Amino acid sequence: MKLKTLTSMVVALSAGALLAACQVDKAPDSVSGYTFATKDTQAMQDDNFSNPAMLWVGIGEEEWIKKDGSAGKSCASCHGGAKPGSDEEGMYAIDPVLDTSGGATKISMKGVATKYPIFDKASKKPMVLEERINLCRTKNMKAKAWKWESDQMMGTTMLVKMQSRGMPIMSTADQASSPLNGAWKAGMKFFNERRGQMDMACKNCHDDYPGTRIRANMLTQAQVNGFPTFRLKWQKPGTIHRRYAGCNKMVRAKHFKRGSNEYKNLEVYMTWRSRGLKVETPAVRN
Amino acid sequence: MKYSKILSTTFVFALTCAAAFGVQAASYKVVGETIPQSLTGKAGDPANGRAVAIHRQKGNCLACHQMPIPEQQFHGEVGPPLHDVGSRMKAGELRLRVVDPKVLDKDSIMPGFLNAKHNLAQKKWAGKSMLSAQEIEDVVAYLLTLKGSYTK
Repeated sequence: MKLKTLTSMVVALSAGALLAACQVDKAPDSVSGYTFATKDTQAMQDDNFSNPAMLWVGIGEEEWIKKDGSAGKSCASCHGGAKPGSDEEGMYAIDPVLDTSGGATKISMKGVATKYPIFDKASKKPMVLEERINLCRTKNMKAKAWKWESDQMMGTTMLVKMQSRGMPIMSTADQASSPLNGAWKAGMKFFNERRGQMDMACKNCHDDYPGTRIRANMLTQAQVNGFPTFRLKWQKPGTIHRRYAGCNKMVRAKHFKRGSNEYKNLEVYMTWRSRGLKVETPAVRN
Repeated sequence: MKYSKILSTTFVFALTCAAAFGVQAASYKVVGETIPQSLTGKAGDPANGRAVAIHRQKGNCLACHQMPIPEQQFHGEVGPPLHDVGSRMKAGELRLRVVDPKVLDKDSIMPGFLNAKHNLAQKKWAGKSMLSAQEIEDVVAYLLTLKGSYTK
């Protein structure tokens, strides 16, 4: 009897420990922008057939297998998968740490996007997914870099991120040991710094008043887990950097270029803020 | 005599220009939780104040406040409703809240509408306040007329 109780206690304890170890780091009280969207918008996102962003994912699928550049390669030449009409299970990434044999160490593309932005050792700066795709294009494919907001770039980014749909965003950028910690600090400063004629910080709306209406618009927590996202107001998908610029202009503040250090640092901080939320790309928002 | 007249004329002209371009011209003194003195010395026009409060490029008060302005849809919910603000507050209290609400709450989301010194302002707004001193007086005069009760 006693032994039985002890055994069950040990089992319960170890199960608890296991559960704790598996638990994903999640920011307290964080919820996706999905929560604040209208029912119609949520329904649009939930059904791939009615999600308008899927048209761009289709562009991404076409680009994935298209040979471009003087090296005569497509994305699929190295990463497999993404054949139109078939599923994209076959997509894989090359593990940058394990790989010593020029592309032989394949890892699943699932989950790869949850770790972005990564730290780029060469530039000692954060690298966002758009930049990683362009690095592949210029260095490996010897092709021209895509523009930040081009249909090809957004389509391909969404296609890659979609492989991680439903998986939690990971970030440890808040830790001093993380190479992204400097960018995280700069991004946090940006988020909390009042700016523009209206003298507002990102924080003033998105930390202090989520779920509250500004005229007809519902303020959200400004989570990044759905980007690139199809925004009904834009009538097309846009990157998180486009959203940053829009917000900056709205408070009549100076905005920065897509891909600027300012916005990349902000993306590092805001990705950490969204840690634990599931990737929804391509999301639909009002 | 003549000299001082020219000087004062120039001064008035500068003030007029500043007001016309929305540049901060008026100086003001905060006393307790109020700005007791009018910013311009000229009585506020409540009708224009109402128009400024609605105007999306000017006061845009409806972005955050519910007000007794039924012809406008979708009033914001960030700040308190203002239906009875004229019976709750005096001119000096309202003036401070429009000119610089951060005196009362440094973490307030509300902009100071006379502030012309900004951090990282967009070029076209840099050095300009959101409202002119007279527009603020007009808004204060309008707010003083709001003595109803809150109805959603």
